[in-house]
Parts: sequence; structure tokens; C-alpha cells
Amino acid sequence: MKKGILWRLALIGATVLIAFIFFLPNTPLYKYMPDGWKKVMPSKGIVLGLDLQGGLHLVFEVDGERAIEIATDRAANSLTAAFQRKGIKSTVKREGEFIIVSPVDAEAKKVVTELYPQLSLADGSGALKYKYSVADIKKMKDTATDQVLEIIRNRIDQFGVAEPIIHRQGDNEIVVQLPGVRDPKRAVDIIGKTALLEFKIVDTESPVAAELPSRVAPGDEDRVVAKYKNRLPEGSQILFHNVIDKDTHQIVDKQPYLMKKEVLLTGDTLTEAKVNIDQRFNEPYVSLRFDAAGSRIFEDVTGRNVGKRLAIILDGNVYSAPNIKDKISGGDAMISGGFSMDEAKDLAIVLRAGSLPAPLKTLQNLTVGPSLGRDSIEAGKMAAIIATLLIIIFMVFYYRLSGLIADTALVLNIILLLGAMASLNATLTMPGIAGIILTIGMAVDSNVLMFERMREEVRAGKTPKAAVEGGYHKAFWTIFDSHVTTLITAAVLFQFGTGPIKGFAVALSLGVSINLFTALIGTKTVYDMIHLKGDVKRLSI
Amino acid sequence: MREIVKNTNINFMGWKKYCFIISGILASLGIFALVQIWAGNANLGVDFAGGTSVQIKFSQAVNLHEVRLTLEGAGLKDFDLQDLPSENKVLVRVKKQDDTVGKASEQITQILNEKFADKKPVIDQTIAIGPKVGSRLRDDAMLAVVMAAAGILIYIAFRFRILFGIGATIATFHDVLAVLGIFWLLDKEINLILITALLTIAGYSLTDTVVVFDRVRENLKRFLKDAVHDVINRSINEVLSRTIVTSLTVFLSALALFLFGGEVLHDFALAMLIGVVIGTYSSVFIASPVVIFLSKDKNPLSAKKA
Repeated sequence: MKKGILWRLALIGATVLIAFIFFLPNTPLYKYMPDGWKKVMPSKGIVLGLDLQGGLHLVFEVDGERAIEIATDRAANSLTAAFQRKGIKSTVKREGEFIIVSPVDAEAKKVVTELYPQLSLADGSGALKYKYSVADIKKMKDTATDQVLEIIRNRIDQFGVAEPIIHRQGDNEIVVQLPGVRDPKRAVDIIGKTALLEFKIVDTESPVAAELPSRVAPGDEDRVVAKYKNRLPEGSQILFHNVIDKDTHQIVDKQPYLMKKEVLLTGDTLTEAKVNIDQRFNEPYVSLRFDAAGSRIFEDVTGRNVGKRLAIILDGNVYSAPNIKDKISGGDAMISGGFSMDEAKDLAIVLRAGSLPAPLKTLQNLTVGPSLGRDSIEAGKMAAIIATLLIIIFMVFYYRLSGLIADTALVLNIILLLGAMASLNATLTMPGIAGIILTIGMAVDSNVLMFERMREEVRAGKTPKAAVEGGYHKAFWTIFDSHVTTLITAAVLFQFGTGPIKGFAVALSLGVSINLFTALIGTKTVYDMIHLKGDVKRLSI
Repeated sequence: MREIVKNTNINFMGWKKYCFIISGILASLGIFALVQIWAGNANLGVDFAGGTSVQIKFSQAVNLHEVRLTLEGAGLKDFDLQDLPSENKVLVRVKKQDDTVGKASEQITQILNEKFADKKPVIDQTIAIGPKVGSRLRDDAMLAVVMAAAGILIYIAFRFRILFGIGATIATFHDVLAVLGIFWLLDKEINLILITALLTIAGYSLTDTVVVFDRVRENLKRFLKDAVHDVINRSINEVLSRTIVTSLTVFLSALALFLFGGEVLHDFALAMLIGVVIGTYSSVFIASPVVIFLSKDKNPLSAKKA
């Protein structure tokens, strides 16, 4: 019997020690520990959730339909180029998800099959009507999401955020968590920017071009587009240039351009994008360099369009539209447009990381400032200490020495809970704080149930030792049942809850589970020790 | 021994008529609140309804009316304002849902930053939730409630007889509905945190019910010939002090959370406080009478042997 108690004491002592070692990194003591300790022993402890340390939680949806349209557009464009090279007279255009080649031409058909074997012929009368198969479309959407994930990861790496969490959710969603970000707007811009860089030719031949107003107020773009919609020449569109005030970096005006729809070159072939300072205006710009293939296309495009204006378009906005004076070889270009230094840096980052294959829709944006979390932790600590004190005082008042034993178990429960959370590197969230505090209240319940049973046994005339045994024995299943029901709800909350709620479920379920150990084994050991010392006449309860 | 209650012999079951009336009202209120939530006539949180909420902390007190005029003047529409004067905080909520979120919070932040630059506005928290995520969170919450209810019902049915399972389940639903109804009546925000509190209440309210039922079951085995009515009364009297004390300890910790736990957990703590009180009441006055009602006052344990 005596040996049994020693074993149990050793077990309790060891768990407390282990819990303390795990929790140490969360205490101010940790920084005084020697380096050797820090190297070998647990160093992470309990992790603060986004809601407590501040940061960003974003959920994006990848627009798969647009990804298909863009891919189809590109296919149509490269087919047009191929036809021109081979002297094929047929034209190519995209209509919805179809690529239409007309008139029907055996040679054209051969080129399509050669370049895009995955395009299947949907209809061959009058014109060749191609489309991607359903399986291909599904695969392309899937790939688009994966690509977006990879590109976002790249961008955030280059932006520099400690411990970002980026993962895919379901078919077409991406979750991004950025703890401790100080400038949420900038981070959101960097992630969400499509960064689709396109080169197109300005349409100056159509009569509409001359009619367009030179400036419109921001917000009036749609009206301008609607006004000319019916008179736009086939294959042209209206795009806008943001006129930016040099000092405030705000958009002051919009300048419309009539633009050929055909995309001559995209940012896919970029090998470099970096920030430079324009010496004349002391203004940052982003210089670009294309790879060999891109340079060749650039040379070809500029060669064929001498005298026209080449527009540099980023995400549908015209940045500049210089005149092509001569064929440009070498593969260098630049984007300027009244950027601030940060904007230029961010633009270089997104261009380097590559354009998103499809635009993103922000489904959810949670931003928590650092002060709210700090205040919540302080308030949580305060509430936890007061809850503990209230309960400790009540238990001693109501159950005397037995209450003190229960209080010891309660403190043990709290230590082990923090240790367990630290050992799992669990995430502490605001609701998690509530979970810990509720655990404090529920922890003594097990002891209350036992004590009340013991009182009944004492009233029934049992000896103190028998009363203790009886109390433990008879209360056990009641305690077990009540713990299980709490665990069931905690499990459900863990399964269906958002991050902060999961933190609650973890704290509550760990707290309640540990309670079975502390309330049953912990307090029982103390009683056994008391009864070991001799014949106790009265049970202090 | 210090005792809150001593050798009571209260005829709890004699009050069941009144209790059914009170609880009927509470539960109806909850059901009515559910219908109202369904119909959109409730203060649904941004997490369920979608939209944007921005909480801003100023370095000194701001006039709420001035904030309203500033936002209106800048063209913001359909927004609610709420302030936490003790903390110099203002909460702006925009119900309008955009397909892509984040613009409204940017707009609000910018407007207030410009106008109140001298009071150093700092963003405490912004929540922007699009319709897709909002409806998903609603579905998940609904599913969570159903799963929790099913899980508890199955466990109680497995550990106790079906009669007790039904009694416990009705009592638990009663508690959750009552708290929901009261929150709706107080025009408190119905959000994820409240659902979490409701499920926690469901789990905890069973603790008290289990304590009572354990004793009822034990006594039904001992006093096979007595009316269920009397056995239940005796059992509740026997465990009354532990029912009160266990609830009291959780009440104390919820109270500490309510008073000192900070603004974020304030409503959660309030729900727990109300829930613990109602849960304790229902385990005595609802769960057991339901068992009497269902067993037609015949001992379900003796019936089998007879």
C-alpha cells in the first residue's frame, strides 16, 4: 500500500515536472535558461492564435471559369500567330468556351491538332469549332488552383512574413494566415493582385478612337464603356490609364484608350523584374527582362508595328503606351506610373512570382490588430486568477481540509492543462481562454461529487477510510458520464468550428480529460497518505 | 460540515405544473427566436449574415454622433454603429455583402483615419465575410448543433434507459432554446461564439441531469414498490446540495470571465451564466418530470420484473 502511494506520488511529480518543462517557453523564465537547455528542451510551447497575436486570415476563391477563358484566349492568340506564320488565311476567335476557326481549312485543322491536341472538334460545319473536353477543363481548373497556391506562397515568401500558413481548401479555395502582419492592406494587395502583364496595340484607326474623351473622372469608366459599346470595332476594347498625382499617389483621373484585344505578349516570359529609380523624375519604376522566347516575340511584335503605340497593361489598367519608333530587340521593358517606393517593390514582387492564372475573389478577410489580442490576454489572465481564487476560497470554506485537497487538484489540473497544451503546441485563442477558465470551474465538480458521496457515507456511519473509498467508488461513473457529455460537444466544436472555436474545443477537452486524472488519482493519493499516518477519527469534509 | 441545504424534503415534483408553464414559455421564446433568425429578424453576427465589421480604438473619447455623420457624409450606407465608451472604441457594421470582401473595411478605415487623425485611430479588428462563407458558417453551426444533440442523445440512451434519455434531451434542448430566446430578446448578437456557448451549455447542463438521474436510477432499483414520483423527489433532495455546489463553481468561473474577461468574451460569459442557472433548474424541474410523465408514474425498472 505504502509503495503504491509512493509510485503515485512519483507519477504526479513527474507529470508536473514534464508539464512545467513544456510550458516553460511561455513563461518569462525561459530567457534565463542556458543555451544548452534551449537546444535540447521543448522551445515552442503554446502558440498564440491569430486572434490573440494579431494578423490576417484570408480566404480566396480562384475563379476557375476565368482561368479557362484566359487559357482559351491564349490558345486562340497563339493559333492566330501560327496561322500568320504559315500563311493560312483562316481567322481565329474565341466565343465563350469555343475557339472558332473560319473558314474551314485543312491546313488550319492540321496546325490546331499539332499545337493543341487537347482541343476537340465540337462542330465542323461552316467553321471549325473547338473546345476543351470536360475532363480537361476540370483538370485545368484544378491546376489553376494549385498554381495560384504556389504563386501566393512565392509572393509571401518574397514579401517576408514569419510563419505564414497557406493551404488549399476544397476545390477552388485558398486559405492564407499571416500572423503579426502590421500592414494588412499591403499584404492583401500583394496576394490578390492578378499581376497579369499584357502588351497590346493601341487602336488609332477606328473613328471611335478620336471621339473618346481625353479624361474622365474616376468612377465614370462604366458609363464611357457603355456609351461606345455598340460602335466599338470588332476586336477592340476600351481600357483606362490611371492618372496619378505625383505627391499624394492618388488616382485623380482616368484616361481612356481604344485598344486592340489581341494579346501580343504576356508576363509569362519574364525572367527579371526589379525596382529602379528614374534619374530625371526621381521616381521608382519597374524594369523587366524577357527570356529568349519572350525577347523574340517582343522583337517581332515591335517590328511589325512600327509607328503604332504599344500599350503595357497590368490587370486591365494601361500603364503606358509609348510609340514604337523601331524594332526593339534585347528583351527589356519597363513599367512606370507614379509609383511610391513600396508600390514599385510590391509590383516587382508580384511580377517576379508570376501572374495568377485566374483572378481571385476574397471570400473572407479577418484582421486583428495587435492591441486587441494583448488586451484579451491580460483580461483572460485576470479572469483566470480571480476564478481560481474564488473557487479555492469557496472549496476550503465549504469542505474544509477536503476542500484544500480539491484545491491542490485544481492547481494540478491547471498546470497539467497548460503543460499538455504546450506539449501539443496547441493554439491558444480568445475562446480558448474561456475554455481554460470554464475548466477551472468544472475541475472541482468531480471532487464535489465525491465529497458529497463521502458525506453520505459518513452520515451512514462509515469510518473515514471506508467513506473515502465509497465516495470514490460510487461517484466514479457519475463523474465519467458528465465528462463524456462535455467531451462530445467539444469534439463536435472541434470538427465544425473555425480556428478560434477549435482553440476552445482543445482547451476544454484537454482540461476535462486531465481532470479525470487529477480529481481521481491526485486527490485519492492525498487521502491515502493521510490515512496512512494512522487512524483518522474524523473526516474533514 | 457546512451545508448549503440540509436534509431537505421538498416536493419538487409537486411544482411540475408551474415549471412546465415557465419552461413552456422559455422554450417557445427560443423557438420563436429560431424562426425570427431564420426569417432574418435577428441581430445576426457578421460571421453568419455576411458583411463587414470594423472595430476601431481611439486614443481618446469620440462622439458617436460625429462618427455617424462623418461616415454618412463620406457616402457609407446601411451601417450600424455601436460604441464601447469605456475603451474609446467604436464598432461599425455594414450589412451589405459584396462578392469580393474587404472594400468596405478599407473605406471605413480610410474615412475615420482622415477625419479623426488627432485621436489616433487604430484598427482593433475587422471582419469581412462574403455570402459564400457566411452561409457555410451557418450550415456548419446548424450541423454542429444537430451532431452534438445526436451525440449526447446516443450516449445517454446507451448509458441510461430511453426514458431518461428523452428526459435529458428535452431538458437540454430546453436550456439551449431558453438561452437563445433570452439573447434574442436582449437583441444580443447571434454569432459563432454564442453557438459555442450554447453547445457548451448543452454539454454542461447534462452534468447536472446525469447527477440526478444516476441517483434516480439507483433509488428506483432500491425502492421498487414506491411511486416514481416519490422516488424522484427523494433522489433530488438527496443530491440537491451537489447539484447546487457543482453549478455554483462553474457559475463563479463564468462570473469571473464575465466581469474581468474582456469585451470579446463578455457575451459568451453572459450566455454561460444564464445557461448554468437554467441548466440547473431544468435538471431538477424538467428532466425528471418528463421521466414521470413518460413512465406514467410506474417504476420502469420494476415493470420489467413484474
